[in-house]
Amino acid sequence: MPNVASSASADTSAGTTGEPLVRMTGVNKHFGDLHVLREINLEVRRGEVVVVIGPSGSGKSTLCRTINRLETIDDGTILIDGKELPAEGKALARLRADVGMVFQSFNLFAHKSVLQNVTLGPIRVRGKSSAQAKERAMELLKRVGVDNQAAKLPAQLSGGQQQRVAIARALAMDPKVMLFDEPTSALDPEMINEVLDTMVSLAKQGMTMIVVTHEMGFARRAADRVVFMADGQIVEQDTPEEFFSHPKSDRAKDFLGKILNH
Amino acid sequence: MSSYFADFASLFEQFDVFQAFWVNIQLTFFAAIGSMLLGTVLALMRVSPIASMRWLGAGYVNIIRNTPLTIILVFLVLGVWSQLQINLSSDFNQNFFRYAVIGLAIYHAAFVCEAIRSGVNTVPVGQAEAARAIGLGFLPSARLIIFPQALRGAITPLGNTLIALTKNTTVAAAASVTEISALMKSMIEFRPDVIIAVFLTVAIGFVLIVVPVGLLTTWASRKFAVVR
Ligand SMILES: Nc1ncnc2c1ncn2[C@@H]1O[C@H](COP(=O)(O)OP(=O)(O)OP(=O)(O)O)[C@@H](O)[C@H]1O
Ligand SMILES: [Mg+2]
Repeated sequence: MPNVASSASADTSAGTTGEPLVRMTGVNKHFGDLHVLREINLEVRRGEVVVVIGPSGSGKSTLCRTINRLETIDDGTILIDGKELPAEGKALARLRADVGMVFQSFNLFAHKSVLQNVTLGPIRVRGKSSAQAKERAMELLKRVGVDNQAAKLPAQLSGGQQQRVAIARALAMDPKVMLFDEPTSALDPEMINEVLDTMVSLAKQGMTMIVVTHEMGFARRAADRVVFMADGQIVEQDTPEEFFSHPKSDRAKDFLGKILNH
Repeated sequence: MSSYFADFASLFEQFDVFQAFWVNIQLTFFAAIGSMLLGTVLALMRVSPIASMRWLGAGYVNIIRNTPLTIILVFLVLGVWSQLQINLSSDFNQNFFRYAVIGLAIYHAAFVCEAIRSGVNTVPVGQAEAARAIGLGFLPSARLIIFPQALRGAITPLGNTLIALTKNTTVAAAASVTEISALMKSMIEFRPDVIIAVFLTVAIGFVLIVVPVGLLTTWASRKFAVVR
């Protein structure tokens, strides 16, 4: 993936000039008494691929979900492409359309065909004609390798195929950034790679991505940066090479020891 | 014995039993449509993100569900028609028929609402989150994603509500509609000689109407089940 690396490093050198695509500043979030996100500061540049890892319950999913406001935040600010997340209503809906989300459990619309899953957003939210939406949907389904399943219902597809449709559904909105919350952890082992490959090629095409995953292989192949979270905090962040070979904090060393040695 | 059958048969010559049942079927039909529309709106209110809407929906359901249907119909006829003099039709019978439809719809809408809400609970939260994530607002997600699945999950409780509605159309007699239970009253009064046959006629009539509804809902709930 030389093109990703070069474009990302070019971005890094020019990073100070361009406004980051996602900017979280001083974000806090509680669930009742539980302090799930503590003073989160995170910036993601255009075209950057950030992998978020950390122990279970450290707040990775919550972090992801606050970015398109599936969860509200208690304080702090979140800017997408320089604009603050609106509280409710039409403006929020529009902004959500710019942030693609891929869920662990796929969440394809169960009563709609694969094709309808992908065309629904462009038609209803972006106001595209159904012919236009269909053409683009078939193109995207082909890109993720499930165009021959377009007429089927989601339940008729394998998990890996469903997740690739979910990726196509998110891409159909032409999002500025894509969020992935453990996209492969509900999959049988033999299907994990087909989804990861799709994500790697997406990264290579320059998509800005925030990916919660424990797939070290993906992080090494596609990530520009690894963010390590524990207890609702960002403990450290670095390039995948640095992070995996020389973790600095004890929490990260401990965590990597556990997941690499089993 | 054979003379009893002859007497029984004469019942059908003396009273228009089929016409009376036809009124019940019409009441069921129109009240079903009305309660379905109102019940859907109520269910939308009960799952809406706006708190005042939720309270309004919950208030309606709790008050109406716990009020006897007879009271609602008598209130409409004595309160709204007689007191406020609001005529729904210049035709006397048609006026009462319409009041009965409205009363039945108001009452059963509360049950339709709860049936749909139980259907909404069969739809995984991930469906709503995915809908929001592609930028659909509350109403479009409800209309395109949640309710189509919720209705399929609600077919059985909706069928039960329809069956209850069918039988409850007999309460329309309280709104002066001459349907089968009103006719039954006159039959009992004028033909006490065949009283058992009168009861059987009405009972069997309802079974013939209701059984297909039950079979249909069982079939439909299988046919339209959402595969996950
Ligand atoms: N809706 C909720 N209500 C209450 N507590 C919640 C809710 N969602 C998450 N939590 C709690 O917040 C904490 C962080 O959860 P989160 O799902 O973000 O963790 P995670 O890092 O994604 O974990 P995992 O690796 O298990 O997915 C956990 O302790 C969790 O129990
Ligand atoms: Mg999680």
